[in-house]
Amino acid sequence: MKAVLLIDFGSTYTKITAVDIEKEEILGTAQSFTTIETDINDGLKNALKILEEKTGPLEFSEKYACSSAAGGLRMVAIGLVPELTAQAAKQASLGAGAKVIKTYSYELTDGDVDEIDEINPDILLLTGGTDGGNKENIVHNAHQLAKLKSRSFPIIIAGNRSCTDEVSEILEDFETFKCENVMPKLNIPNVEPVQELIRNIFLKKIVLAKGLSKAQELIKGILMPTPAAMLEAMKLLAKGTETEKGIGDLVGVDLGGATTDVYSMSYGLPQTGAAVLKGLREDYAKRTVEGDIGMRYSIKGIVAASDIMRISDLAGLSEKKCEEMIDYLSVHTDKVPGEDEPDFIALDYALASMAVEAAVTRHAGKLEPFYTPTGISYMQTGKDLTGVKTVVATGGALIHTTRTAEILKHTLSKPEDAFSLKPKEAGFLVDRKYILAAMGLLSTEYPDAALRIMKKELEKNGVS
Amino acid sequence: MEKEKKKRVILGVIGADVHAVGNTILNRALQDAGFEVTNLGVMVPQEEMIRAAVEDGADAILVSSLYGQGELDCTGMREKCEEAGLKDILLYAGGNLVVGKVPEKEIQERYKALGFDRAFGPGTDPSVTIAALKKDLAKGRVHHHKGSEE
Repeated sequence: MKAVLLIDFGSTYTKITAVDIEKEEILGTAQSFTTIETDINDGLKNALKILEEKTGPLEFSEKYACSSAAGGLRMVAIGLVPELTAQAAKQASLGAGAKVIKTYSYELTDGDVDEIDEINPDILLLTGGTDGGNKENIVHNAHQLAKLKSRSFPIIIAGNRSCTDEVSEILEDFETFKCENVMPKLNIPNVEPVQELIRNIFLKKIVLAKGLSKAQELIKGILMPTPAAMLEAMKLLAKGTETEKGIGDLVGVDLGGATTDVYSMSYGLPQTGAAVLKGLREDYAKRTVEGDIGMRYSIKGIVAASDIMRISDLAGLSEKKCEEMIDYLSVHTDKVPGEDEPDFIALDYALASMAVEAAVTRHAGKLEPFYTPTGISYMQTGKDLTGVKTVVATGGALIHTTRTAEILKHTLSKPEDAFSLKPKEAGFLVDRKYILAAMGLLSTEYPDAALRIMKKELEKNGVS
Repeated sequence: MEKEKKKRVILGVIGADVHAVGNTILNRALQDAGFEVTNLGVMVPQEEMIRAAVEDGADAILVSSLYGQGELDCTGMREKCEEAGLKDILLYAGGNLVVGKVPEKEIQERYKALGFDRAFGPGTDPSVTIAALKKDLAKGRVHHHKGSEE
């Protein structure tokens, strides 16, 4: 037996997965509290003890880790036009597994500079202008950033290449990294070089700065932020490897307590001839994060994004009762409904349904009808996911419920969503054992094994 | 380094218009004449052209319209450019710009009133537009004050 250990240092829990790489089997999973304040290895050792109680003593030949501990990879993204370079910069950062605290566009004000000092990100991404395009804005913003009090975080310069050198000179007091433009030509984003750089900086600096490096003694290294591992897993599952076929285009939903992440693995090109594609092209592997939609910390955001009437209807409880319970849960964020609490279980079902509906609706593209002298025509912005046949579910609120499939139905488009490009008909795959991030990690060395384990372990709900 | 920076132009068919041919020919002609062209294709709203011009640092926006709704589609475009900080950008319109048989001079006047620098009727050879563009870009945009006196 050749055992590999995969570790996810989360903000609350350190989750571990042991894999027998020869048999391509999960040996076991376990979790324990993350111990970032003392020594991150303590939490890992505790989790290992719990694991070995189930599996017996294990000898690991390799160990890999990802991390979202100590706030995750916190980034600020700056661009020029909100829908263009600012969006491309945000998209690139999210795709690299970062938590984008704020995105700025146009000229930074002194107030913005103070705010960035307050945010104190792990990495700042400065973009603006296509290659050969606008220079004034990024140069202005570089001068503004030079006023920052903090010099502690690195700055990636990925704007108009004509002024990369000038911008880097203006920011000479900072640690700067020059990179290819995040949008060299209009509407055509170029996210890979930026993402590669973010990952390198994460490996070399952030892990050290966040006190995660103590874990280095035990393991080969913390390879990536957890969301990046999740993205790798989804990409592998969809695309496959040279020897093992993937399952094709998919949408992934990770419903958490504070945020909801949505992934799509699809080019999302128009499925009907009548649509003209507009705006920024999106990456095959796209990740969005809804910071206002989550089951506890962001519970009020679910109500705002949907309607208390619909929540009440789905939960089978009065609106007043729902509102009272939501107020309670927004304060008691660690509340997990017990089996003897049917009202809470019903409310969580309704909230989860509305959360995934809102998050997937925002992630998917849209059609806008246009009446022309020759009849109706459509403009498409974002991805057309109507043909996607699989929705993958992960995250506590979706895997620790028996009603996962009922909740996931709300990710699909309904007849009344004529202009939303969500999946129409899809089967569901549920990450019941919470192994996706681990498989993303494993895929860096053993993609075939990781893919086959996912195919085996993900629970099918209406997927043939 | 190049001696002279290539001039940058945004090209698109405005509004709900799907006539792609003239736009494609113009794209090719402009590229051959040494312009850096971003062609946004058909059915392009004003806002998309303006966003593109900001990010691209464009020198001119060339709007095509073939289906008769040009005046409606072009109204307010100059004001939006001003709002977006594009005060020196040239705006040209070309195609079947108005409904009915209207003398070319009057078409130009109507589009000047909308804040466009030049307007070209149907059948204009791309070389005419390009010559005008080169001339205008060499001397820079003349600012006309529209509306109320300051």
